[in-house]
Amino acid sequence: MELTLWTYEGPPHIGAMRIATSMKKLHYVLHAPQGDTYADLLFTMIERRGSRPPVTYTTFQARDLGGDTAELVKGHIKEAVDRFQPETLLVGESCTAELIQDQPGSLAKGMGFDIPIVSLELPAYSKKENWGGSETFYQIVRTLLKDHSKESKQTWQEEKRRPRVNLLGPTLLGFRCRDDVLEIQKLLGQYGIDVNVVAPLGASPSDIMRIPNADVNVCLYPEIAESTCIWLERNLNIPFTTTVPLGVGATQDFLNELHKVLEMEIPPSVNESNNSKLTWYSNSVDSNYLTGKRVFIFGDGTHALAAAKIASEELGFKVVGLGTYSREMARKVRPAAKALGLEALITNDYLEVEDAIKETSPELVLGTQMERHSAKRLGIPCAVISTPMHVQDVPARYSPQMGWEGANVIFDDWVHPLMMGLEEHLIGMFKHDFEFVDGHQSHLGHLGGKGNQNTSKEAIETNVQDVVTTDGNPIWTNEGERELSKIPFFVRGKVRKNTENYARQAGCREINEETLYDAKAHYKA
Amino acid sequence: MSGATLLKESGPKEVFCGLTSIVWLHRRMPDAFFLVVGSRTCAHLIQSAAGVMIFAEPRFGTAILEERDLAGLADAHDELNRVVKNLLARRPEIKTLFLVGSCPSEVIKIDLSRVAENLNIELKGQVTVLNYSGSGIETTFTQGEDGALKALIPLMPKSDQKKLLLVGTLANAVEDRLVSIFNRLGIDNVESFPPRQSTELPSIGPETKVLLTQPYLTDTARELKNKGAEIIEAPFPLGVTGSTLWIQAAANSFGIDKSIVDSVLNPLISRAKKALEPHVEKLSGKKLFLLPESQLEIPLARFLSNECGMEIVEIGTPYLNRDLMKAEIDLLPPDCRIVEGQHVEKQLDRVRDSSPDLVVCGMGLANPLEAEGISTKWSIEMVFSPIHGIDQASDLAELFSRPLRRHDILNPTKTLTSN
Repeated sequence: MELTLWTYEGPPHIGAMRIATSMKKLHYVLHAPQGDTYADLLFTMIERRGSRPPVTYTTFQARDLGGDTAELVKGHIKEAVDRFQPETLLVGESCTAELIQDQPGSLAKGMGFDIPIVSLELPAYSKKENWGGSETFYQIVRTLLKDHSKESKQTWQEEKRRPRVNLLGPTLLGFRCRDDVLEIQKLLGQYGIDVNVVAPLGASPSDIMRIPNADVNVCLYPEIAESTCIWLERNLNIPFTTTVPLGVGATQDFLNELHKVLEMEIPPSVNESNNSKLTWYSNSVDSNYLTGKRVFIFGDGTHALAAAKIASEELGFKVVGLGTYSREMARKVRPAAKALGLEALITNDYLEVEDAIKETSPELVLGTQMERHSAKRLGIPCAVISTPMHVQDVPARYSPQMGWEGANVIFDDWVHPLMMGLEEHLIGMFKHDFEFVDGHQSHLGHLGGKGNQNTSKEAIETNVQDVVTTDGNPIWTNEGERELSKIPFFVRGKVRKNTENYARQAGCREINEETLYDAKAHYKA
Repeated sequence: MSGATLLKESGPKEVFCGLTSIVWLHRRMPDAFFLVVGSRTCAHLIQSAAGVMIFAEPRFGTAILEERDLAGLADAHDELNRVVKNLLARRPEIKTLFLVGSCPSEVIKIDLSRVAENLNIELKGQVTVLNYSGSGIETTFTQGEDGALKALIPLMPKSDQKKLLLVGTLANAVEDRLVSIFNRLGIDNVESFPPRQSTELPSIGPETKVLLTQPYLTDTARELKNKGAEIIEAPFPLGVTGSTLWIQAAANSFGIDKSIVDSVLNPLISRAKKALEPHVEKLSGKKLFLLPESQLEIPLARFLSNECGMEIVEIGTPYLNRDLMKAEIDLLPPDCRIVEGQHVEKQLDRVRDSSPDLVVCGMGLANPLEAEGISTKWSIEMVFSPIHGIDQASDLAELFSRPLRRHDILNPTKTLTSN
């Protein structure tokens, strides 16, 4: 039993609903009690969908449990098929129905429908949402394509046509999937590559049947599509790309990988990154202040990994924390963290993440909506890079994360909160100018630059008495505190901690102006 | 009963389960913690229903059952014990802990009352541990509050004092206002249940007169009656008429002179009616369809038809307690159609066929209806907003006139043609 106050991922049947709702002409009969119908609001409120998810909940009650729940399930299945006329039927159960073992999938298969039936077994007490999404997509593809001939087909060169790829993995309630698909389609079009099928987002079962017409599968979101891509490679000989085109470097790597897999010549333009403004903006003199900015990263596996690469290689930040809530992706996140000299934080406990943020005192947090809340409490700027989805993560404007435009969006989304940080610093510097005396409101709320300055001022006042050492901890003198107060607020905490550590190591009983400079020299050395 | 037509329907439902009431109960009693014993679905449901309300450390959580908890029941009890102790060690400010049963905990028959009993012995009164079920196989949405209150009743001290007890969660400001009105009438001893602090439970006895503020407290009302309290029969305090009848029923029960009641209420009534006018103008003649969810559907329909002139197409209600609702149903216009239970697909077919101007529904259904051009109002808003009492009648009406007003602002040509 695990105490959970808040969870990054829903149960696995929510993953199944994401696949079902992303697709067309498909219906999902979910054996579940009435409360589970809350899941509709994830789609109709967060994604602002104008239609209900294609899900029939059996909404069984306690009084049904004494009788024949199997008959109840069959009744709902029949009604759903009659009413919605799906091309393919998904049948599964949520946590409670799993316990009563009606096996709705087998029941549906025995009812004599002439449509494919995909029976889902998603263990609700050990797995989570992304796993459920991945398994559902895999089961749909496998059910629809398992009888497809394995005979090797002609290549695009032999057929003298443009190469064709499938984009696999985008779903509803996935981070900016809608716009990523458009961006990647545009990108591939520029290189003469056609998109055959996009799935699950917008695909019908008959589209799934067309998957084998492609030369290569592009695995856009490994959390959802990797197991499907592996199956398609093994069984239908369709290779797939593994680079996720998030960031300028990864977009180049992706194009290189795709050209190689397709056996196409790589045009030189692929490696000219001026297709995105990120590279030039990052090189411009204005961005000098970004150098070595301490950034803490937490999210789903794909976006956390990409963020670490973009932060360290393309923006010149220093990654001070890297983690994911996705246990399935831990295998990939651990070595990435190690390469940055860090230990990956793999957890589903947001309070543990908040503690890690506090511990590393970053200047920017890249996280989920929960880290945005934590960072707000800590007075640290934050940009959201990953699911779980919030209504703010479904912007009205075109706002991809992938490809060249995605890199532009990322530059703006990550740097703007930091610019605000710089603004705070300038305000701190000019705080004695008359324009600011009336109490400038920080965008970070009460924990912004001002609050921190006030505490240091109080510290100066309370330290007026002579220096007394307690517990062997060094004491700040007035001049030490005064010098510390000149340091920008967003690094002040870190400097204070470092200086105290240095003072203890060096055996100083008090910290004055000189100790601060000694410590600074010590840590820079 | 009036000429209301009572129908029953069964089929797929689209309603919240009783766990959802934790979303307002934990705010009412800030010294209490609600620990759901359930699955990841339960945790996800509560955080999704609570929406933006993410706190540093919320006063509700879920002990998520894992595979090994399902293997052996004795283990599940031990595990729950461990989780509770960890929680209490971390949150020493908790005075009352509710163990809340869920669908999976009910199906695997975890005995929460036994766990609570053992914990109470161990904790020696530092924290009171209670249990109730908010499971979706037994409860709908607001029924969760009924369960939580029922669990508190055995702890209420006995008293022979004559008092008025308001039962059901109200917004604090509304509660203060209603109490002050009763005081003006000469009823001085007024208490509320649930209280604002879980440890400050009101006392109860044969001289306690209970006035229900909410229509979903079936079990609580019965238990209070068993404790000797008298349940005052009245419609619910929504709208001018409902609130007036509600206050008058209490006044009658306390033998307050009619002239005093009139002198206190009449100015409030005329002011409230005036404040209602602009909304009545907007709502009058408009067709209303209420889908079942909060259990407030019948009193709301009564207010919106009798005082705002709306035409009721259908009142859906998750379940119908004919005793508690009698006074409400009597006030409904004749031939009003009340449907108990739900077949969501057939009901939505009826919504489309009747092309209503406004539909009261759950959060999952609102945008799909809006996308079809039908204005909606979330029923969950009724349990969060201060809507009770005479003074709040226009605020209550405004909740329904606003979507219509907005629709007209955004679709000006459509308004012209429909007029």
